[in-house]
Amino acid sequence: MHNYTITELIDGLKNRVFSSTEITQYFLARIKTLDPAFNSIITLTEAQALEAANAADQRLAEGNAPELCGVPVVHKDIFCTQGIRTSCGSKMLDNFVPPYDATVVANFRDNGAVMLGKSNMDEFAMGSSNETSFYGPVKNPWSTDSVPGGSSGGSAAAVAARLAPGATATDTGGSIRQPAALCGVTGLKPTYGRVSRWGMIAFASSLDQGGPMARTAEDCALLLNCMASYDDKDSTCIDRPVPNYSANLGDSLKGLRIGIPKEYFSEGLNTGTEQAVRNSLAEYEKLGAELVEISLPNTGLSVPAYYVIAPAEASANLSRFDGVRYGHRCDNPKDLEDLYRRTRAEGFGDEVQRRILIGTYCLSAGYYDAYYGKAQQVRQLIRQDFIQAFEKVDLIMGPTCPSPAFEFGAKGNDPVAMYLEDIYTISTNLAGLPGMSLPCGMVDNKPVGLQIIGNYFDEARMLNAAHQFQQVTDWHQLAPAGIEA
Amino acid sequence: MSIEKQTIENLATLARLAIDDKRVEEISQRLGSVLELVDQLQAADTSGLNDSDHPLSETQRLREDKVTETDHRGAFQAIAPDTEDGLYLVPKVID
Repeated sequence: MHNYTITELIDGLKNRVFSSTEITQYFLARIKTLDPAFNSIITLTEAQALEAANAADQRLAEGNAPELCGVPVVHKDIFCTQGIRTSCGSKMLDNFVPPYDATVVANFRDNGAVMLGKSNMDEFAMGSSNETSFYGPVKNPWSTDSVPGGSSGGSAAAVAARLAPGATATDTGGSIRQPAALCGVTGLKPTYGRVSRWGMIAFASSLDQGGPMARTAEDCALLLNCMASYDDKDSTCIDRPVPNYSANLGDSLKGLRIGIPKEYFSEGLNTGTEQAVRNSLAEYEKLGAELVEISLPNTGLSVPAYYVIAPAEASANLSRFDGVRYGHRCDNPKDLEDLYRRTRAEGFGDEVQRRILIGTYCLSAGYYDAYYGKAQQVRQLIRQDFIQAFEKVDLIMGPTCPSPAFEFGAKGNDPVAMYLEDIYTISTNLAGLPGMSLPCGMVDNKPVGLQIIGNYFDEARMLNAAHQFQQVTDWHQLAPAGIEA
Repeated sequence: MSIEKQTIENLATLARLAIDDKRVEEISQRLGSVLELVDQLQAADTSGLNDSDHPLSETQRLREDKVTETDHRGAFQAIAPDTEDGLYLVPKVID
Protein backbone atom coordinates (compact mmCIF):
# COMPACT_ATOMS: atom_id res chain seq x y z
CA MET A 1 0.00 0.00 0.00
CA HIS A 2 2.69 2.52 0.98
CA ASN A 3 4.43 2.06 -2.36
CA TYR A 4 1.50 3.35 -4.34
CA THR A 5 2.07 6.76 -5.85
CA ILE A 6 -0.66 9.38 -5.54
CA THR A 7 -1.60 8.64 -9.15
CA GLU A 8 -2.05 4.96 -8.28
CA LEU A 9 -3.96 5.76 -5.09
CA ILE A 10 -6.39 7.95 -7.04
CA ASP A 11 -6.95 5.08 -9.47
CA GLY A 12 -7.52 2.61 -6.64
CA LEU A 13 -9.96 4.96 -4.90
CA LYS A 14 -11.94 5.62 -8.06
CA ASN A 15 -12.12 1.90 -8.88
CA ARG A 16 -13.04 0.92 -5.29
CA VAL A 17 -9.93 -1.24 -4.85
CA PHE A 18 -9.69 0.36 -1.40
CA SER A 19 -11.43 3.16 0.47
CA SER A 20 -9.93 6.38 1.76
CA THR A 21 -10.65 5.17 5.29
CA GLU A 22 -8.57 2.05 4.64
CA ILE A 23 -5.56 3.89 3.26
CA THR A 24 -5.81 6.60 5.92
CA GLN A 25 -5.84 3.98 8.69
CA TYR A 26 -2.92 2.25 6.99
CA PHE A 27 -0.75 5.39 6.82
CA LEU A 28 -1.68 6.50 10.36
CA ALA A 29 -0.62 3.09 11.69
CA ARG A 30 2.57 3.25 9.66
CA ILE A 31 3.46 6.67 11.07
CA LYS A 32 2.86 5.43 14.62
CA THR A 33 5.09 2.40 14.08
CA LEU A 34 7.93 3.87 12.05
CA ASP A 35 8.10 7.59 12.75
CA PRO A 36 9.64 7.35 16.24
CA ALA A 37 12.87 6.53 14.34
CA PHE A 38 12.62 9.60 12.05
CA ASN A 39 10.69 12.24 14.02
CA SER A 40 9.19 13.62 10.81
CA ILE A 41 5.74 14.41 12.25
CA ILE A 42 5.15 16.96 15.03
CA THR A 43 1.39 16.49 15.35
CA LEU A 44 -0.55 13.45 14.18
CA THR A 45 -4.15 14.45 13.37
CA GLU A 46 -5.71 11.01 13.62
CA ALA A 47 -9.30 11.93 14.52
CA GLN A 48 -9.55 14.67 11.90
CA ALA A 49 -7.94 12.40 9.29
CA LEU A 50 -10.45 9.60 9.85
CA GLU A 51 -13.32 12.07 9.72
CA ALA A 52 -12.01 13.55 6.45
CA ALA A 53 -11.46 10.07 5.01
CA ASN A 54 -15.02 9.12 5.84
CA ALA A 55 -16.33 12.26 4.15
CA ALA A 56 -14.09 11.55 1.14
CA ASP A 57 -15.47 8.03 0.85
CA GLN A 58 -18.97 9.46 0.73
CA ARG A 59 -18.01 11.93 -1.98
CA LEU A 60 -16.32 9.14 -3.96
CA ALA A 61 -19.44 6.99 -3.67
CA GLU A 62 -21.59 9.84 -4.93
CA GLY A 63 -19.34 10.32 -7.99
CA ASN A 64 -17.92 13.67 -9.20
CA ALA A 65 -15.26 13.63 -6.47
CA PRO A 66 -12.44 16.17 -6.94
CA GLU A 67 -9.02 15.01 -8.12
CA LEU A 68 -7.33 14.45 -4.75
CA CYS A 69 -10.43 13.17 -2.96
CA GLY A 70 -9.42 10.67 -0.28
CA VAL A 71 -5.65 11.03 -0.81
CA PRO A 72 -3.63 11.33 2.44
CA VAL A 73 -1.01 14.08 2.72
CA VAL A 74 1.00 15.79 5.45
CA HIS A 75 1.26 19.54 5.76
CA LYS A 76 4.44 21.28 6.83
CA ASP A 77 3.84 22.77 10.27
CA ILE A 78 4.28 26.27 8.82
CA PHE A 79 0.79 26.21 7.23
CA CYS A 80 -1.96 27.35 9.61
CA THR A 81 -4.58 24.67 10.27
CA GLN A 82 -7.77 25.71 11.98
CA GLY A 83 -8.14 24.07 15.38
CA ILE A 84 -4.83 22.19 15.06
CA ARG A 85 -1.58 23.36 16.61
CA THR A 86 0.73 25.08 14.12
CA SER A 87 4.14 25.38 15.76
CA CYS A 88 6.48 26.39 12.91
CA GLY A 89 9.01 24.21 14.75
CA SER A 90 9.27 26.79 17.52
CA LYS A 91 8.69 26.95 21.26
CA MET A 92 7.20 30.37 20.51
CA LEU A 93 4.21 28.72 18.83
CA ASP A 94 4.12 25.44 20.77
CA ASN A 95 0.70 26.45 22.13
CA PHE A 96 -0.60 28.20 18.99
CA VAL A 97 -3.88 26.83 17.62
CA PRO A 98 -4.80 28.96 14.58
CA PRO A 99 -8.38 30.18 14.22
CA TYR A 100 -8.19 29.75 10.42
CA ASP A 101 -6.77 27.59 7.62
CA ALA A 102 -4.01 28.71 5.26
CA THR A 103 -5.25 29.04 1.68
CA VAL A 104 -3.07 26.06 0.69
CA VAL A 105 -4.62 23.94 3.45
CA ALA A 106 -8.12 25.06 2.44
CA ASN A 107 -7.35 24.17 -1.21
CA PHE A 108 -6.40 20.63 -0.18
CA ARG A 109 -9.44 20.32 2.06
CA ASP A 110 -11.77 21.53 -0.70
CA ASN A 111 -10.13 19.02 -3.01
CA GLY A 112 -11.00 16.21 -0.60
CA ALA A 113 -7.42 15.42 0.49
CA VAL A 114 -6.94 13.92 3.95
CA MET A 115 -4.42 15.56 6.31
CA LEU A 116 -2.54 12.90 8.30
CA GLY A 117 -0.52 15.34 10.38
CA LYS A 118 1.84 18.30 10.52
CA SER A 119 5.46 17.75 9.56
CA ASN A 120 8.59 18.75 11.45
CA MET A 121 10.81 21.58 10.21
CA ASP A 122 13.65 23.89 11.15
CA GLU A 123 12.43 26.58 13.53
CA PHE A 124 10.62 29.25 11.47
CA ALA A 125 12.10 27.49 8.40
CA MET A 126 15.57 28.79 9.27
CA GLY A 127 17.97 25.98 8.61
CA SER A 128 19.26 23.47 6.10
CA SER A 129 19.51 20.44 8.38
CA ASN A 130 16.39 20.32 10.56
CA GLU A 131 18.63 20.63 13.61
CA THR A 132 16.96 23.86 14.76
CA SER A 133 13.47 22.40 15.39
CA PHE A 134 12.15 22.81 18.94
CA TYR A 135 10.78 19.26 18.57
CA GLY A 136 14.18 17.72 17.87
CA PRO A 137 15.89 16.94 14.58
CA VAL A 138 14.34 14.85 11.82
CA LYS A 139 16.48 11.87 10.83
CA ASN A 140 17.20 11.00 7.24
CA PRO A 141 15.50 7.67 6.41
CA TRP A 142 18.51 6.72 4.25
CA SER A 143 20.92 7.09 7.15
CA THR A 144 19.63 8.08 10.56
CA ASP A 145 23.06 9.53 11.48
CA SER A 146 22.54 12.09 8.73
CA VAL A 147 20.38 15.18 8.37
CA PRO A 148 17.33 15.13 6.10
CA GLY A 149 18.07 18.67 4.91
CA GLY A 150 15.92 21.62 5.74
CA SER A 151 13.87 23.38 6.38
CA SER A 152 11.16 21.03 5.04
CA GLY A 153 13.04 17.98 6.37
CA GLY A 154 9.94 16.46 8.00
CA SER A 155 7.95 16.53 4.75
CA ALA A 156 10.88 15.05 2.79
CA ALA A 157 11.61 12.31 5.34
CA ALA A 158 7.91 11.39 5.61
CA VAL A 159 7.63 10.96 1.83
CA ALA A 160 10.96 9.08 1.63
CA ALA A 161 9.95 6.68 4.42
CA ARG A 162 6.59 6.14 2.72
CA LEU A 163 4.72 7.55 5.72
CA ALA A 164 2.70 9.68 3.32
CA PRO A 165 2.48 9.66 -0.47
CA GLY A 166 2.78 13.44 -0.66
CA ALA A 167 3.43 16.54 1.41
CA THR A 168 3.36 20.30 1.32
CA ALA A 169 6.56 22.23 1.93
CA THR A 170 7.95 25.75 1.61
CA ASP A 171 11.12 27.12 0.07
CA THR A 172 12.82 30.40 0.97
CA GLY A 173 16.38 29.55 -0.10
CA GLY A 174 16.16 25.87 -0.98
CA SER A 175 13.93 24.47 1.75
CA ILE A 176 11.93 22.26 -0.64
CA ARG A 177 14.67 21.29 -3.08
CA GLN A 178 17.57 20.59 -0.71
CA PRO A 179 15.68 18.20 1.63
CA ALA A 180 14.04 16.59 -1.44
CA ALA A 181 17.55 15.97 -2.79
CA LEU A 182 18.95 14.68 0.50
CA CYS A 183 15.98 12.33 1.09
CA GLY A 184 15.63 11.11 -2.51
CA VAL A 185 12.20 12.55 -3.29
CA THR A 186 10.82 14.95 -5.90
CA GLY A 187 10.00 18.50 -4.83
CA LEU A 188 9.04 21.69 -6.63
CA LYS A 189 9.28 25.34 -5.63
CA PRO A 190 6.92 27.25 -7.93
CA THR A 191 7.37 30.74 -9.34
CA TYR A 192 7.04 33.40 -6.63
CA GLY A 193 3.37 34.38 -6.50
CA ARG A 194 2.03 31.11 -7.97
CA VAL A 195 0.96 29.64 -4.60
CA SER A 196 -0.77 31.75 -1.96
CA ARG A 197 1.27 32.64 1.12
CA TRP A 198 -1.83 33.49 3.16
CA GLY A 199 -1.72 31.56 6.41
CA MET A 200 1.82 30.36 5.69
CA ILE A 201 3.88 31.71 8.58
CA ALA A 202 6.22 34.28 7.06
CA PHE A 203 10.00 33.98 7.19
CA ALA A 204 11.20 36.21 4.32
CA SER A 205 8.15 37.47 2.47
CA SER A 206 9.81 38.31 -0.86
CA LEU A 207 11.39 34.82 -1.08
CA ASP A 208 8.95 32.38 0.58
CA GLN A 209 6.96 30.10 -1.68
CA GLY A 210 4.98 26.94 -0.95
CA GLY A 211 5.21 23.85 -3.14
CA PRO A 212 4.66 20.08 -3.27
CA MET A 213 6.81 17.05 -2.46
CA ALA A 214 6.09 13.51 -3.59
CA ARG A 215 7.98 10.56 -4.99
CA THR A 216 7.36 11.38 -8.65
CA ALA A 217 7.01 14.43 -10.87
CA GLU A 218 3.62 13.11 -11.99
CA ASP A 219 2.42 13.27 -8.37
CA CYS A 220 3.93 16.72 -7.84
CA ALA A 221 1.90 17.90 -10.84
CA LEU A 222 -1.29 16.62 -9.19
CA LEU A 223 -0.45 18.34 -5.92
CA LEU A 224 0.46 21.60 -7.66
CA ASN A 225 -2.85 21.55 -9.53
CA CYS A 226 -4.46 21.81 -6.10
CA MET A 227 -1.96 24.14 -4.36
CA ALA A 228 -1.65 26.83 -7.01
CA SER A 229 -4.39 29.42 -7.00
CA TYR A 230 -4.88 33.13 -7.21
CA ASP A 231 -5.66 34.50 -3.77
CA ASP A 232 -6.92 37.99 -3.05
CA LYS A 233 -5.68 37.66 0.51
CA ASP A 234 -2.03 37.48 -0.59
CA SER A 235 -1.20 40.79 -2.25
CA THR A 236 1.91 39.31 -3.91
CA CYS A 237 0.01 36.39 -5.42
CA ILE A 238 -0.09 36.71 -9.20
CA ASP A 239 -3.43 36.71 -11.01
CA ARG A 240 -2.83 34.26 -13.83
CA PRO A 241 -4.78 31.16 -14.84
CA VAL A 242 -3.52 27.91 -13.31
CA PRO A 243 -2.79 25.43 -16.12
CA ASN A 244 -3.37 21.69 -15.77
CA TYR A 245 0.17 20.65 -14.78
CA SER A 246 -0.58 17.01 -15.64
CA ALA A 247 -1.53 17.77 -19.25
CA ASN A 248 1.92 17.91 -20.86
CA LEU A 249 3.85 15.32 -18.86
CA GLY A 250 4.00 12.97 -21.83
CA ASP A 251 5.43 15.50 -24.31
CA SER A 252 8.66 14.57 -26.08
CA LEU A 253 11.86 16.36 -25.04
CA LYS A 254 13.19 16.40 -28.58
CA GLY A 255 14.80 19.75 -29.26
CA LEU A 256 14.60 20.91 -25.61
CA ARG A 257 17.52 23.23 -24.89
CA ILE A 258 19.01 22.66 -21.44
CA GLY A 259 21.44 25.24 -20.06
CA ILE A 260 24.27 23.95 -17.90
CA PRO A 261 25.68 26.80 -15.78
CA LYS A 262 29.43 26.40 -15.47
CA GLU A 263 29.30 28.12 -12.06
CA TYR A 264 27.30 25.15 -10.70
CA PHE A 265 30.15 22.73 -11.41
CA SER A 266 32.99 24.54 -9.69
CA GLU A 267 34.96 23.91 -6.48
CA GLY A 268 33.05 22.63 -3.50
CA LEU A 269 31.00 20.18 -5.56
CA ASN A 270 31.32 16.57 -4.38
CA THR A 271 32.79 14.42 -7.19
CA GLY A 272 30.19 11.67 -6.76
CA THR A 273 27.40 14.23 -6.89
CA GLU A 274 28.91 15.77 -10.01
CA GLN A 275 29.17 12.37 -11.69
CA ALA A 276 25.52 11.52 -10.91
CA VAL A 277 24.37 14.87 -12.30
CA ARG A 278 26.49 14.53 -15.46
CA ASN A 279 25.13 10.99 -16.03
CA SER A 280 21.60 12.40 -15.79
CA LEU A 281 22.40 15.13 -18.27
CA ALA A 282 23.63 12.43 -20.67
CA GLU A 283 20.27 10.71 -20.15
CA TYR A 284 18.55 13.93 -21.23
CA GLU A 285 20.64 13.99 -24.39
CA LYS A 286 19.39 10.47 -25.14
CA LEU A 287 15.86 11.79 -24.70
CA GLY A 288 16.54 14.28 -27.48
CA ALA A 289 17.51 17.36 -25.47
CA GLU A 290 20.42 19.58 -26.39
CA LEU A 291 22.90 20.64 -23.67
CA VAL A 292 24.16 24.22 -23.86
CA GLU A 293 26.88 25.61 -21.61
CA ILE A 294 25.76 28.87 -20.06
CA SER A 295 27.09 31.27 -17.45
CA LEU A 296 25.34 32.79 -14.45
CA PRO A 297 28.23 35.06 -13.50
CA ASN A 298 26.69 36.51 -10.33
CA THR A 299 25.97 33.14 -8.68
CA GLY A 300 28.68 33.80 -6.09
CA LEU A 301 26.83 36.86 -4.85
CA SER A 302 23.60 35.00 -4.20
CA VAL A 303 24.51 33.63 -0.76
CA PRO A 304 25.68 37.02 0.59
CA ALA A 305 22.62 38.78 -0.88
CA TYR A 306 20.32 36.17 0.60
CA TYR A 307 21.87 36.48 4.06
CA VAL A 308 21.04 40.17 4.07
CA ILE A 309 17.56 40.04 2.56
CA ALA A 310 16.24 36.94 4.35
CA PRO A 311 17.30 37.97 7.89
CA ALA A 312 16.19 41.58 7.27
CA GLU A 313 12.70 40.47 6.26
CA ALA A 314 12.66 37.86 9.04
CA SER A 315 13.53 40.45 11.69
CA ALA A 316 10.51 42.49 10.58
CA ASN A 317 8.16 39.49 10.22
CA LEU A 318 9.12 37.97 13.56
CA SER A 319 8.52 41.22 15.44
CA ARG A 320 4.87 40.13 15.62
CA PHE A 321 5.77 37.49 18.20
CA ASP A 322 5.63 39.62 21.31
CA GLY A 323 3.71 37.57 23.88
CA VAL A 324 0.61 39.75 23.66
CA ARG A 325 -1.83 38.22 21.19
CA TYR A 326 -0.87 34.54 20.86
CA GLY A 327 2.00 32.14 21.37
CA HIS A 328 4.51 31.98 24.19
CA ARG A 329 4.52 34.57 26.99
CA CYS A 330 7.15 34.74 29.74
CA ASP A 331 6.11 34.42 33.40
CA ASN A 332 5.74 37.47 35.65
CA PRO A 333 6.98 40.26 33.38
CA LYS A 334 7.96 43.30 35.42
CA ASP A 335 7.07 45.76 32.66
CA LEU A 336 6.18 45.80 28.96
CA GLU A 337 9.81 45.89 27.81
CA ASP A 338 10.62 42.91 30.01
CA LEU A 339 7.57 41.09 28.60
CA TYR A 340 8.79 41.55 25.03
CA ARG A 341 12.43 40.79 25.68
CA ARG A 342 12.08 37.71 27.84
CA THR A 343 9.18 36.27 25.81
CA ARG A 344 11.28 36.49 22.66
CA ALA A 345 14.50 35.23 24.29
CA GLU A 346 12.63 32.23 25.72
CA GLY A 347 10.47 31.53 22.68
CA PHE A 348 13.06 31.75 19.89
CA GLY A 349 15.98 29.34 19.49
CA ASP A 350 19.60 30.39 18.86
CA GLU A 351 19.58 30.41 15.05
CA VAL A 352 16.36 32.43 14.91
CA GLN A 353 17.76 34.98 17.38
CA ARG A 354 20.98 35.18 15.40
CA ARG A 355 19.07 35.92 12.18
CA ILE A 356 16.88 38.51 13.90
CA LEU A 357 20.03 40.27 15.12
CA ILE A 358 21.68 40.14 11.66
CA GLY A 359 18.51 41.47 10.07
CA THR A 360 18.22 44.22 12.63
CA TYR A 361 21.83 45.18 11.96
CA CYS A 362 21.29 45.30 8.18
CA LEU A 363 18.19 47.47 8.57
CA SER A 364 19.51 49.80 11.26
CA ALA A 365 20.16 53.48 10.65
CA GLY A 366 23.41 54.04 8.78
CA TYR A 367 23.62 50.49 7.42
CA TYR A 368 20.38 50.17 5.45
CA ASP A 369 21.74 51.39 2.10
CA ALA A 370 25.03 49.51 2.41
CA TYR A 371 23.37 46.20 3.21
CA TYR A 372 19.67 45.92 2.39
CA GLY A 373 19.65 48.41 -0.48
CA LYS A 374 22.82 46.90 -1.96
CA ALA A 375 21.51 43.35 -1.62
CA GLN A 376 18.29 44.29 -3.43
CA GLN A 377 20.37 45.71 -6.28
CA VAL A 378 22.52 42.58 -6.43
CA ARG A 379 19.27 40.67 -6.63
CA GLN A 380 18.57 42.48 -9.91
CA LEU A 381 21.98 41.37 -11.23
CA ILE A 382 21.15 37.76 -10.40
CA ARG A 383 17.74 38.08 -12.03
CA GLN A 384 19.29 39.55 -15.19
CA ASP A 385 21.71 36.59 -15.39
CA PHE A 386 18.75 34.24 -15.58
CA ILE A 387 16.74 36.41 -17.99
CA GLN A 388 19.71 36.43 -20.38
CA ALA A 389 20.19 32.67 -20.00
CA PHE A 390 16.54 31.96 -20.76
CA GLU A 391 16.90 33.79 -24.08
CA LYS A 392 19.10 30.88 -25.17
CA VAL A 393 17.70 27.86 -23.29
CA ASP A 394 14.36 26.40 -22.14
CA LEU A 395 15.48 24.95 -18.81
CA ILE A 396 18.58 25.10 -16.63
CA MET A 397 19.96 22.01 -14.90
CA GLY A 398 22.64 21.26 -12.36
CA PRO A 399 23.12 19.82 -8.88
CA THR A 400 20.57 20.72 -6.18
CA CYS A 401 23.23 20.82 -3.46
CA PRO A 402 27.00 20.40 -3.27
CA SER A 403 27.06 16.99 -1.57
CA PRO A 404 24.81 14.22 -0.19
CA ALA A 405 23.36 14.36 3.34
CA PHE A 406 25.94 15.26 6.00
CA GLU A 407 26.02 13.94 9.55
CA PHE A 408 24.36 15.68 12.48
CA GLY A 409 26.55 18.35 14.02
CA ALA A 410 28.89 18.45 11.01
CA LYS A 411 28.21 22.14 10.34
CA GLY A 412 26.87 23.06 13.76
CA ASN A 413 29.49 25.58 14.83
CA ASP A 414 29.86 27.43 11.58
CA PRO A 415 26.73 29.17 10.31
CA VAL A 416 28.49 30.17 7.09
CA ALA A 417 29.32 26.52 6.20
CA MET A 418 25.64 25.69 6.69
CA TYR A 419 24.59 28.67 4.55
CA LEU A 420 26.79 27.45 1.66
CA GLU A 421 24.69 24.27 1.55
CA ASP A 422 22.14 26.39 -0.36
CA ILE A 423 24.57 27.85 -2.90
CA TYR A 424 22.80 26.32 -5.95
CA THR A 425 19.24 26.91 -4.75
CA ILE A 426 19.22 30.44 -3.33
CA SER A 427 19.56 32.35 -6.59
CA THR A 428 16.22 31.08 -7.92
CA ASN A 429 14.46 32.45 -4.82
CA LEU A 430 16.19 35.80 -5.28
CA ALA A 431 15.05 35.86 -8.91
CA GLY A 432 11.57 34.50 -8.06
CA LEU A 433 12.02 31.61 -10.51
CA PRO A 434 10.64 28.08 -10.15
CA GLY A 435 13.04 25.26 -9.27
CA MET A 436 12.72 21.58 -8.58
CA SER A 437 14.78 18.63 -7.43
CA LEU A 438 14.47 15.00 -8.43
CA PRO A 439 16.46 11.90 -7.50
CA CYS A 440 19.25 11.26 -10.03
CA GLY A 441 21.79 8.95 -8.41
CA MET A 442 23.34 7.59 -5.22
CA VAL A 443 26.63 8.37 -3.48
CA ASP A 444 27.64 6.27 -0.45
CA ASN A 445 24.09 4.94 -0.24
CA LYS A 446 22.68 8.44 -0.05
CA PRO A 447 20.51 10.10 -2.71
CA VAL A 448 21.66 12.86 -5.05
CA GLY A 449 19.31 15.49 -6.45
CA LEU A 450 19.21 16.95 -9.95
CA GLN A 451 17.96 20.52 -9.98
CA ILE A 452 15.79 21.87 -12.78
CA ILE A 453 15.28 25.64 -12.95
CA GLY A 454 12.58 26.97 -15.23
CA ASN A 455 11.56 30.32 -16.61
CA TYR A 456 8.78 32.25 -14.87
CA PHE A 457 5.54 30.21 -14.71
CA ASP A 458 7.12 27.39 -16.70
CA GLU A 459 6.40 24.71 -14.06
CA ALA A 460 4.60 22.52 -16.63
CA ARG A 461 7.73 22.26 -18.77
CA MET A 462 9.87 21.42 -15.72
CA LEU A 463 7.43 18.70 -14.66
CA ASN A 464 7.38 17.36 -18.22
CA ALA A 465 11.19 17.14 -18.25
CA ALA A 466 11.26 15.51 -14.80
CA HIS A 467 8.53 13.03 -15.71
CA GLN A 468 10.27 11.99 -18.93
CA PHE A 469 13.49 11.38 -16.96
CA GLN A 470 11.55 9.27 -14.48
CA GLN A 471 10.17 7.16 -17.34
CA VAL A 472 13.69 6.00 -18.25
CA THR A 473 15.37 5.92 -14.81
CA ASP A 474 14.43 4.34 -11.50
CA TRP A 475 16.24 6.51 -8.93
CA HIS A 476 12.88 7.81 -7.70
CA GLN A 477 11.74 4.25 -6.99
CA LEU A 478 14.59 3.35 -4.65
CA ALA A 479 13.63 3.06 -1.00
CA PRO A 480 15.80 3.41 2.11
CA ALA A 481 16.92 0.17 3.78
CA GLY A 482 14.22 -1.12 6.09
CA ILE A 483 11.52 0.59 4.04
CA GLU A 484 10.45 -2.20 1.71
CA ALA A 485 10.12 -0.85 -1.81
CA MET B 1 35.69 40.04 12.37
CA SER B 2 33.96 40.42 15.71
CA ILE B 3 31.36 42.92 16.73
CA GLU B 4 31.61 45.14 19.79
CA LYS B 5 29.63 44.27 22.87
CA GLN B 6 27.97 47.68 22.77
CA THR B 7 26.68 47.02 19.22
CA ILE B 8 25.24 43.64 20.21
CA GLU B 9 23.46 45.20 23.16
CA ASN B 10 22.06 47.95 20.96
CA LEU B 11 20.81 45.40 18.40
CA ALA B 12 19.24 43.33 21.18
CA THR B 13 17.38 46.42 22.37
CA LEU B 14 16.15 47.24 18.87
CA ALA B 15 15.07 43.62 18.34
CA ARG B 16 13.54 43.35 21.84
CA LEU B 17 15.60 40.32 22.76
CA ALA B 18 16.99 39.68 26.24
CA ILE B 19 20.59 38.52 25.78
CA ASP B 20 22.50 36.84 28.55
CA ASP B 21 25.94 38.41 29.14
CA LYS B 22 27.51 34.97 28.83
CA ARG B 23 26.29 34.68 25.24
CA VAL B 24 27.55 38.04 23.98
CA GLU B 25 31.00 36.74 23.01
CA GLU B 26 29.63 33.79 21.01
CA ILE B 27 26.98 35.94 19.31
CA SER B 28 29.57 38.56 18.42
CA GLN B 29 31.78 35.99 16.71
CA ARG B 30 28.95 34.32 14.83
CA LEU B 31 27.46 37.60 13.66
CA GLY B 32 30.95 38.68 12.66
CA SER B 33 31.43 35.66 10.41
CA VAL B 34 28.06 36.25 8.75
CA LEU B 35 28.83 39.94 8.21
CA GLU B 36 32.17 38.98 6.65
CA LEU B 37 30.22 36.81 4.21
CA VAL B 38 27.72 39.53 3.32
CA ASP B 39 30.46 42.14 2.94
CA GLN B 40 31.28 40.43 -0.38
CA LEU B 41 28.34 42.40 -1.74
CA GLN B 42 30.23 45.66 -1.51
CA ALA B 43 32.50 44.68 -4.42
CA ALA B 44 29.57 44.21 -6.83
CA ASP B 45 29.02 46.92 -9.41
CA THR B 46 25.36 47.82 -9.12
CA SER B 47 25.44 51.30 -10.61
CA GLY B 48 22.23 52.17 -12.40
CA LEU B 49 20.20 49.40 -10.76
CA ASN B 50 17.16 50.11 -8.66
CA ASP B 51 16.21 48.03 -5.64
CA SER B 52 12.92 46.34 -6.42
CA ASP B 53 11.27 44.47 -3.56
CA HIS B 54 9.14 42.09 -5.64
CA PRO B 55 11.28 39.40 -7.28
CA LEU B 56 9.25 39.65 -10.48
CA SER B 57 9.24 43.47 -10.30
CA GLU B 58 5.47 43.44 -10.01
CA THR B 59 3.82 46.43 -8.44
CA GLN B 60 1.69 46.07 -5.37
CA ARG B 61 -1.93 45.42 -6.20
CA LEU B 62 -4.50 47.75 -4.69
CA ARG B 63 -8.02 46.89 -3.68
CA GLU B 64 -11.14 48.91 -3.25
CA ASP B 65 -11.25 50.75 0.09
CA LYS B 66 -14.15 48.95 1.67
CA VAL B 67 -14.63 46.62 4.64
CA THR B 68 -14.52 42.96 3.59
CA GLU B 69 -13.59 41.22 6.83
CA THR B 70 -16.09 40.08 9.42
CA ASP B 71 -15.48 40.32 13.18
CA HIS B 72 -13.26 37.52 14.52
CA ARG B 73 -12.36 39.16 17.82
CA GLY B 74 -13.72 36.32 19.95
CA ALA B 75 -11.77 33.66 18.04
CA PHE B 76 -8.58 35.73 18.04
CA GLN B 77 -8.74 36.55 21.74
CA ALA B 78 -9.54 32.97 22.73
CA ILE B 79 -5.88 32.10 22.01
CA ALA B 80 -4.36 35.20 23.66
CA PRO B 81 -2.32 34.84 26.86
CA ASP B 82 -4.36 37.46 28.75
CA THR B 83 -7.48 39.44 27.82
CA GLU B 84 -10.28 41.28 29.58
CA ASP B 85 -13.48 42.81 28.20
CA GLY B 86 -12.26 42.33 24.62
CA LEU B 87 -8.89 43.95 25.31
CA TYR B 88 -5.39 42.43 25.32
CA LEU B 89 -3.70 42.83 28.69
CA VAL B 90 -0.04 43.77 29.14
CA PRO B 91 1.94 44.97 32.18
CA LYS B 92 1.08 48.51 33.25
CA VAL B 93 2.74 51.07 30.94
CA ILE B 94 1.63 54.36 32.55
CA ASP B 95 1.41 54.91 36.33
